[in-house]
Amino acid sequence: MSFITRGFSGRSRERDPRLPPGQTKVDDWPVLSAGPTPKVDPEVWSFTVTTETGAQTHWSWDELRALGLEDIETDIHCVTHWSKLAMTWRGVPLDKILAGIPTHAGYAMAHSYGGYTTNVPLPELLNGQSWVAFEADGTPLEPEHGGPARLLVPHLYFWKSAKWVNGLTLMDSNDPGFWEQSGYSLHGDPWKEERYW
Amino acid sequence: MGHVDGNAIAGSLAEIFPFDVTAAVGRCAHCGSTGMIGDAMVYFAATGTIVRCANCDEVLAVLVETPSRIWLSLSGVRGLTLPT
Repeated sequence: MSFITRGFSGRSRERDPRLPPGQTKVDDWPVLSAGPTPKVDPEVWSFTVTTETGAQTHWSWDELRALGLEDIETDIHCVTHWSKLAMTWRGVPLDKILAGIPTHAGYAMAHSYGGYTTNVPLPELLNGQSWVAFEADGTPLEPEHGGPARLLVPHLYFWKSAKWVNGLTLMDSNDPGFWEQSGYSLHGDPWKEERYW
Repeated sequence: MGHVDGNAIAGSLAEIFPFDVTAAVGRCAHCGSTGMIGDAMVYFAATGTIVRCANCDEVLAVLVETPSRIWLSLSGVRGLTLPT
């Protein structure tokens, strides 16, 4: 006979299987900022892809959105141990942005208004794995959450989903971005807890 | 998120340097202006601490404390000077 009971609540203590190791579910959306919040007017917003040869392709706000918006439901995982589950997003997949751009690069550096950068292997931006997102949970992205547009790479820690994104530079080598130069993982897979070097 | 002045990182930097870095004068590698680190702008993000130039907003230094080590980048500082 056991003298230890689990109490009377009857509530499951099982961990949500959508949470990677070391993560805690939150219902709000914490804001992490490394500097002043850029205020970017969609009228002047632009997105530029620069290939490893230096060739550039530019899109305006309307041109990029005209490539085709998709609705996404996904979980996001911040390296600072919070996860927000089942968020809805709207954005243009990188597949459509990079289609037709000739490249042999293996990596990409995302660039943002304000100077932030982060590196991602190029294959992990393709095949429905990343978007330039304009809306979250049914509303346009607020500036503190990276609006008017941020990168969305939900299968990696959320610092890879660069706020205020304005372009990608395609690279032959896996050069480190802003946080990656200061100890954070070059890759950042939350299921492997790739937080630091 | 707002910022505080550079004196807010005196404690963390004291673990690295044997002198008071906030009293040191640095030259910004971006705009060339000079000023005391203690007068720079400090942003505390959960991922790390960012020190920005009070004149041009560009990044002077990044400090990240992981469970196993401390990372300090001074890529935006072109030299530090302090009285002997």
